Amino acid sequence: MSSLLDKLFGKKSQPSAPAQQPVSQSAVTTAPLHMDTEELNADIVGPDAPTPHPTEKHLDLPQFIVGCGQSVGKQRDHNEDALYTLTTNLISDTTQLPFGLYIIADGMGGHQHGEIASGVSVRAMATHVVKKLYMPLFGLSGEQGEESLQEIMQAGVLEAHRAIIKDAMGGGTTLTAVLLMGNQMTVTHVGDSRAYAIYPDGRMEILTHDHSLVKRLQELGQITAEEAAIHPQRNVLYRALGQGEPFEPDVNTFPVPRSGYLLICSDGLWGVVPERELFNIITTAPNPQMACQTMIDAANEAGGPDNISAILVKLPD
Amino acid sequence: MGAVYRARDLHFPNVVKRVAVKEMINLARDPAVQETIVRNFEREANILATLDHPSIPRIYDYFSHNERSYLILEFVDGKDLETLINETPGFLPEVQVVHWAIELCDVLNYLHNIKPEPVIFRDMKPSNVMVNSTGHIMLVDFGIAKTFQSGQKGTMIGTEGYSPPEQYKGEASPVADIYAMGATLHHMLTRRDPRLEPPFSFNERMIRSVNPAVSPEVEAVIYTALRYTPAERFPTAQAMKEALVAAARKTGILSEAPSAAAPAKASTGGVTALWKFECEDEIRGTPHAQDGILYVGAYDNNMYALQAASGEFLWKYATQGGIVSKPAIFEGNLFFGSADKNLYAISARSGRLMWTYSASAPIRSSPRIAEGHIFIGADDGYLHVINGMSGRRAWHVDAGDPVRSTPIVIGDNVYFGNENGDFFCVTLRGVTKWRYKAKRAVTSSPVYADGIIFFGSVDSQLYALDAKSGLIIWRFRMAKATISTPCIFENYIFSGSVDANIYCIDMHSSKEVWHFTTENQVTGSPVVHKDSLFCGSVDGTMYCLEYRTGRLRWKFPTQQPITGTPIVYNDTLFFGSTDHCVYAIAV
Repeated sequence: MSSLLDKLFGKKSQPSAPAQQPVSQSAVTTAPLHMDTEELNADIVGPDAPTPHPTEKHLDLPQFIVGCGQSVGKQRDHNEDALYTLTTNLISDTTQLPFGLYIIADGMGGHQHGEIASGVSVRAMATHVVKKLYMPLFGLSGEQGEESLQEIMQAGVLEAHRAIIKDAMGGGTTLTAVLLMGNQMTVTHVGDSRAYAIYPDGRMEILTHDHSLVKRLQELGQITAEEAAIHPQRNVLYRALGQGEPFEPDVNTFPVPRSGYLLICSDGLWGVVPERELFNIITTAPNPQMACQTMIDAANEAGGPDNISAILVKLPD
Repeated sequence: MGAVYRARDLHFPNVVKRVAVKEMINLARDPAVQETIVRNFEREANILATLDHPSIPRIYDYFSHNERSYLILEFVDGKDLETLINETPGFLPEVQVVHWAIELCDVLNYLHNIKPEPVIFRDMKPSNVMVNSTGHIMLVDFGIAKTFQSGQKGTMIGTEGYSPPEQYKGEASPVADIYAMGATLHHMLTRRDPRLEPPFSFNERMIRSVNPAVSPEVEAVIYTALRYTPAERFPTAQAMKEALVAAARKTGILSEAPSAAAPAKASTGGVTALWKFECEDEIRGTPHAQDGILYVGAYDNNMYALQAASGEFLWKYATQGGIVSKPAIFEGNLFFGSADKNLYAISARSGRLMWTYSASAPIRSSPRIAEGHIFIGADDGYLHVINGMSGRRAWHVDAGDPVRSTPIVIGDNVYFGNENGDFFCVTLRGVTKWRYKAKRAVTSSPVYADGIIFFGSVDSQLYALDAKSGLIIWRFRMAKATISTPCIFENYIFSGSVDANIYCIDMHSSKEVWHFTTENQVTGSPVVHKDSLFCGSVDGTMYCLEYRTGRLRWKFPTQQPITGTPIVYNDTLFFGSTDHCVYAIAV
């Protein structure tokens, strides 16, 4: 199990080096970033010299354009983040249904099996959603079961929780999963990874609520932002997968920001690179793949204190 | 990690002596740590063995075997409070909770006064408190289990909704138990599990805003126990008990039998009607107002036009059957269906007939006007689409069963349900795009927001479907059927139910925000105006609630059930009742 995980989610010696194609050749696309096409290299834009948005050609078909990236960072010696992306389109005479499932998990440092917990949870969650929702939806004979999207996503998180108890006892992880279907996105979340909706008008809205103890103490006015930044328990979560029960993830459905973006990332990105900078990178990069790489480079340039994972989805008009 | 077994003590072969065997598994890998854990376990077992209190189970024995340690305890025949909370349909009665709270204070007081060292329970929560067969509480799971939790320094803690803030600094004291008891009582009275909420957020769920039946005095005691700063809480369990007894004495609940539910206190303000107008039979439908005129149909077969400001009668138009729906106006004409199977178009000003359109069964759906056409369902199983000017049918679509839900038109699609539980999305050309099957009738009319269609069903669920694909995004379960049409305001969805409740649900998370219980079915729909929500009930009352909290503002009684939906027009609330009257109330 762990050797496979190493292959899938293994560490990289140079965070920004172009990575190998992941071993899995299934429909499942996993990290690390795949960016070895000539076209991408031709368009590389450094963070120091952002060029204006290239002229965009309007796409006739609504589809999600996805990039992702991951880096161990500059100060950790192993990677406890895991990510998963699945993007498909079903386009026929009667149907135009883009489908996307995007997951990031950040294993808990200091816990046994942190890196196993994140990998196991991402796989369990993805397996559940693909089995319960994707297969019936796109299978010719399939019919949607009785369960709602929110129920399927919630059950997926519980599956992930159980998988950790089974395969990574004592481990803990955050898990942020977004299901994109048509014009709705269903966000399931535990811990302090984040999902953002980015609107063309410049708004950057957090779709998740950090389950962080220090954040909570700050909300209650018990400590200041300055105290929070150096608080010894600033990494403490009051809710995480694989830990404690009962267990209820946050599940919310929002309309997708048209012509905008969805960003999912671990705290190695959002805790290090200011939101304004993330917004600028996303809106000036030539494509989501490059945007992810540039964001991760920015986090590493800022010290790279933690593992960094990002998934960016450009949403249709 | 561990389990509790129900066991029989075979030292007593001739009688059945039942005991509880608690098993704890030692997960530590390091033998030295393992040994420390076992030593701590044995030390604590020895302390517990010396305890003697009616609310603490006796300890008969303990032993360790390989990586497992066992504690043999008195068997408690009963249920834990968490189970009781979940099994009780409504709220546990305040008087019952106060009785148990006083017993909990007694046992905590006993533990905290043990010499030389006070015993801190450390893990007060509903699942650790049992109610035995005689109705008294027992503390069943001492902090001893904590010894077995992994000793990782770690960067996280579990879900600790009952624990006080100072626990995160590693402090355990008698006032920590008092906080946890406050949290336990809060959970019991509100049914909101603190482990599912952000830590220390009890002030954001005030007990009385969730459960108005609780007295302010008891609420105040619980919030003193829940103070963030330990020094501001009750210093001892004894002090908390005294405060509880004083609060209970003041409200008189201690004199009540524990089984008697505390009656909900309802404020009936001095709300009076601006006017009322009496028809000749019941009003079950919903009025419509435009240009200063109020239109309302009645079971006496008439459509009435009244002066909205004064209630003065202007005219009426007689059909051959009862009118139960809400009329609509388009291009100066008033449209409505009747149980006589006809859709009528009459002049909104004079009441003169323009045209009629005949279905082959009674019409109970309300007309929806879009794209110059009237969309209306009928008991003949068709959705009829009629040209608004000519009265000629453009097309109709066979839904197979009566259509009583009022269709909604969004973009190029029409959405409606039928009495067989089918919910349809058809294009403006009448081609079915998708169909969703609820388990029972969809009489409720769909509403739309942010790409999602919402409707209720007689199968007790409120559904949220993706308008484009018909995929079910979420469903919300009520205790009984709903035929009420949901009302959307901000991020909230409001709906009535046959279970007598008015619900407020968060649109994104599908979680209940609050519910308000009336005394009978709620078949009409709520409406929101400014910061108030108005909704009638079959108990005959029109309720005005704060829409964010569900707190009662006022109520207005009529003589018979209210089944329709109120409307607000020119800051006046209009509604009909089956007592034959239309009422107007300034809001």
